[in-house]
Amino acid sequence: MRKKKWSNLKEAAIRAFFFTCGILAILVLIGIFLTLLSTAVPAFREIKISEFLTSTHWDPTSPEKAEYGLLSMIVSTLMVTIGALLLAVPIGIGVAAYLSDVAHWRVREVLKPVIEILAGIPSVVVGFLGLVLFGPAIAKIFHTGNGLNAVNGSVLLAIMSLPTIISISEDSLNAVPRAYSEASLALGASPWQTLFRVKLPAALSGIIAACMLGMGRAIGETMTVLMATGNARSFPHGFLDSVRTMTANIAIELGEVPYYTTHYYALFAIGLVLFIMTFAVNLAADVVLRKYQEREQ
Amino acid sequence: MKPAARKKIIQAIGFLALRAAMALVLGVLLLFLYDIGKKGGGVISWEFLSQAPRRGMTEGGIFPAIFGTFLVTVITAVLSVPLGMCAAIYLNEYAKQTGLTRLIRLSIRNLSGVPSIVYGLFGVILFVNAMRFGTSVLSAGLTLGLMTLPWTITASEEALKTIPNSYREGALALGATKWQMIRTNVLPYAVPGMLTGTVLGLARAAGETAPILFTGAAFYLPFLPRSLGDQFMALPYHLYIMATQHHAVLQVRPLAYGTALVLIVLVLGMNMTAVIIRYRLRRKQR
Repeated sequence: MRKKKWSNLKEAAIRAFFFTCGILAILVLIGIFLTLLSTAVPAFREIKISEFLTSTHWDPTSPEKAEYGLLSMIVSTLMVTIGALLLAVPIGIGVAAYLSDVAHWRVREVLKPVIEILAGIPSVVVGFLGLVLFGPAIAKIFHTGNGLNAVNGSVLLAIMSLPTIISISEDSLNAVPRAYSEASLALGASPWQTLFRVKLPAALSGIIAACMLGMGRAIGETMTVLMATGNARSFPHGFLDSVRTMTANIAIELGEVPYYTTHYYALFAIGLVLFIMTFAVNLAADVVLRKYQEREQ
Repeated sequence: MKPAARKKIIQAIGFLALRAAMALVLGVLLLFLYDIGKKGGGVISWEFLSQAPRRGMTEGGIFPAIFGTFLVTVITAVLSVPLGMCAAIYLNEYAKQTGLTRLIRLSIRNLSGVPSIVYGLFGVILFVNAMRFGTSVLSAGLTLGLMTLPWTITASEEALKTIPNSYREGALALGATKWQMIRTNVLPYAVPGMLTGTVLGLARAAGETAPILFTGAAFYLPFLPRSLGDQFMALPYHLYIMATQHHAVLQVRPLAYGTALVLIVLVLGMNMTAVIIRYRLRRKQR
């Protein structure tokens, strides 16, 4: 009897241990948010929030008057992200459709690991190739100085978000019930019509979620844009301008800034803005994906 | 034109476009690998792999960076693999479908979407400052460990899901307690799969730069880290420096290419090993 009691106690302790590991994910997420928030707040003792979000001038080390305007960087981040999506969404959906509907299954078995290889290339290597490979090419095509601009960043971010978009879009295309395509084919539609008018619309919410997750990746990517977009602080007026994204600015300035200054806190405030933006995008993607899975069941 | 013929032509054009998209992606990947392989291959030699940088990093090798990346990845694994596995065991074996469980899963999915530089900021506050580890290989490894946590949890749970329920029911029917059941009838079959999944996450961590920028990676160190409190050189950070921050970037470009090649071989090597092992495991399970 006592042995049984001891064993129950032990079981409960083990369960409690695994439970603690389980809720760690929640704690880390909340921890990141609270840490960023508490380190960002002191920045706003000196900076007005309205100025932070709407001014385009970022010059924290100016000897006359330090300026903390984030707008140029927000616009830069959005520019390279939108540019990346314009390239990656059609290509990504095309590849997903190819893998799910056109490729022979043996070809698919080979190509899927290849996509994983693309996903495995470190972002710093992609940035390096943007610098040495795409930069000169873009400079030649558009007759600009060095090719380190928003176009370059967009192309690289497109490459980096493609694996996410491809794999999740393909999953959702494969999850479309067979009966849909069989019914379409039986009614005399061609495989292309079936893909384009039946399967793609049926998988649409999954594909949208895939694109949003790709977007989240593009917003938060640091090294590629840091190395390939030129990092000019001025407000960008076009895709051939050099841009400095929020991520790149943190990477450039956090190394030089003295701890516990307004500038230091302001960099964490940028981190907070980044966190909130990616969190919102990912959460929205999650909701879309969830709805879609519920409908399937 | 007859409708049937038109339909066929449209289909041919459509499928051609899809093939072109695939070819484009393949082409980009091959271009990457070819360019780095060709220009980096010439630099690779035993000296390059085994010696430290010399003369203001214009000559010599990258051994301290290789060693540093290895060391930081080990620390990452020590934090992330056990925690990730235990969290996965909780989610797959213990947790019921409650609001809390859903919240945990939501947090995991969201953690994997947090930008890597934000993990870097978190690491600065938590490990470098609050825990007083300073900028060190320990701080950097722990930061990367937190970053890989959602990936290890997901990969481990995938492995646990492949274990048939009959294994569990068999143990429970014989009177085993839950933990006895997990220890004897679930883990032995799931651990290989869990480990291969986590290697994929570690490979990504080894190639990350942003989280280690301010938590411990050093521009140049004349010696190897002697303790966990030392700073370290890392391959991805070294590549970033050689490509953009060096005082003679064009002169050291070949060295940058060599670094890129070593990094990509290391990361893709880890990836491929995991993918091949996973493929074999799946075949065995069928």
